[in-house]
Amino acid sequence: MLEATNVTIGYDGKRIIHNVDLRIGEGEMVSIIGPNGSGKSTLLKGLSRLIPCESGTVRLAGRELRSMPNKQISQLMCILSQSNQTPADMTVEELVSYGRLPHMKWYGRLSLEDYAIIDWAIAQTGLDAFRKRLVVSLSGGEAQRAWIAMALAQRPKVLLLDEPTTYLDIAHQLEVLELVRSVNQELGITTVMVLHDLNQASAYSDSICVIREGHIALTGKPKEVLTSATIREIYGVEAEVEFVRNAQYPRIHPIRRTQVASL
Amino acid sequence: MLDTKKTKSFAISTTFILLIIAMICSIGLGSVKFSPVEIVKALAGYGEQVSDTILWDIRIPRVLLAAVIGLNLAVSGALLQAVMHNPLADPGLTGVSSGAAVAVLFILLVVPGYSSFIPIAAIAGGGVAAVMVYALAWKKRGITPVRVILSGVAVNSIFGGIIGLLSLLYSDKLPGALQWLNGSMSGKGMGDFTVMLPYSVIGWIAALFCIRKANVLRLGEQAALNLGENINRIRLIISFVAVYLAAVSVSTVGMIGFVGLVVPHMARMIVGSDYRKMLPMSMGLGALVLLVADTAGRTLFAPLDIPAGIVMAVAGGPYFLYLMRKGDI
Repeated sequence: MLEATNVTIGYDGKRIIHNVDLRIGEGEMVSIIGPNGSGKSTLLKGLSRLIPCESGTVRLAGRELRSMPNKQISQLMCILSQSNQTPADMTVEELVSYGRLPHMKWYGRLSLEDYAIIDWAIAQTGLDAFRKRLVVSLSGGEAQRAWIAMALAQRPKVLLLDEPTTYLDIAHQLEVLELVRSVNQELGITTVMVLHDLNQASAYSDSICVIREGHIALTGKPKEVLTSATIREIYGVEAEVEFVRNAQYPRIHPIRRTQVASL
Repeated sequence: MLDTKKTKSFAISTTFILLIIAMICSIGLGSVKFSPVEIVKALAGYGEQVSDTILWDIRIPRVLLAAVIGLNLAVSGALLQAVMHNPLADPGLTGVSSGAAVAVLFILLVVPGYSSFIPIAAIAGGGVAAVMVYALAWKKRGITPVRVILSGVAVNSIFGGIIGLLSLLYSDKLPGALQWLNGSMSGKGMGDFTVMLPYSVIGWIAALFCIRKANVLRLGEQAALNLGENINRIRLIISFVAVYLAAVSVSTVGMIGFVGLVVPHMARMIVGSDYRKMLPMSMGLGALVLLVADTAGRTLFAPLDIPAGIVMAVAGGPYFLYLMRKGDI
């Protein structure tokens, strides 16, 4: 569904991502993890055309991203940034309605179908009670849900999320991740997230892609990737990895920092 | 801020009704006073000879000019604020007005034979200023509000310096140009109004087409890009419309500051930041504010005729400080 071939991404003269290949299949839920400054977010932005790739190609549904008009991309793919600015007087309903923009003519207005999709997106994210509320008056988790509702109203085939759980407490983190999983499973939307928390990546992904110093160090299922050996190598952290009650995914317990940072 | 769609629309229509009332009152005010009845009579073509001359040659063009220019500057400010992500952006503070003024002054003083090029020169001058502001404010793939204002200050002082230089070099021809430069509506006739009106109307229509794009920009650049918008194209188009409207105003009456800053802010306080309501509100309020400023300027200290630009600076400065105190800026 989303395929990067030999992609190099950088900005301000610095190269962040070097010659990366990545294939994300239709309906997959993929997490990108890696240490700070490894280039996770940059890779996501490159995949989503927020930052242009210096070289290499990104294909979305078989077509080269560079050759597609921006509007067409936005009908197929949605990216939510880590922090979003919402005008102080914008309601949830209004924000969600902007998700219909990629599907409207430049002179058109919201049609009945558009309104139906907006209602649906609000219902999917459990925001019915909040639809008339101002987005800035919501808690962090609710606001994040409102932005995800906007993303759903866009009706994308691919959803990219840059650290969707930052700034949230654990209850809201899990709430957002549950929502993303239901979006992935029930609506079949291919989902790529940048995550920091290894346990969340483990529990909420079909496969995990580990970035280190601008390269993909490893990809695979959570149980293949998240071993104590890789965690030591990538993060320089001693961790115990266990499978609780025959779970499909491992649970990670970080113990201590190993002495040398880069191995 | 008003809450429902209906009350917002009501506020906008009220503003335009107030504008019409203010226009009629302003036409009646001056050294010779006219009652509303006399004004309506004259408008309908049943006035007396003397009053007709005063009304049609002096009062009515001046009132219309003040309203149209106030509208232009307010819309220009509202659009610049959208595109520069900055509530302080206005044609005055960003140097767009002084850029346009330099171009007009150059023609008036250096090559007066080419005065028919004044509007185009003003647009070019304002455009150069806008490009300079962007270029100076640009850092790391984007512009930040603070850098916009700082580069606006720099661009403004550069063009201010050029204006000073031109005034010195051509001091013999200066008095006429100075009267124009300080934003005075006096001595303008129906001719000036009919020349600028079509230019303005084109700008208004273009501005209305910018509404949706300006709205998307409120969500931030990355969100707008994600929603399929071509950011650089939007920036260019909205900036051009803003520069155009400011330049049209500058080429007619010179520089008038603070309208583009204060009016969109007032509009936002009343109807919110959604440009579908905010832009029409800015239109009505801009016309009203400059009309009141000009009328105050010519009546408060009569027979002195204080240019509207000076009245706006005197009244706008404190308002600006008040907004800063309140923490809105």
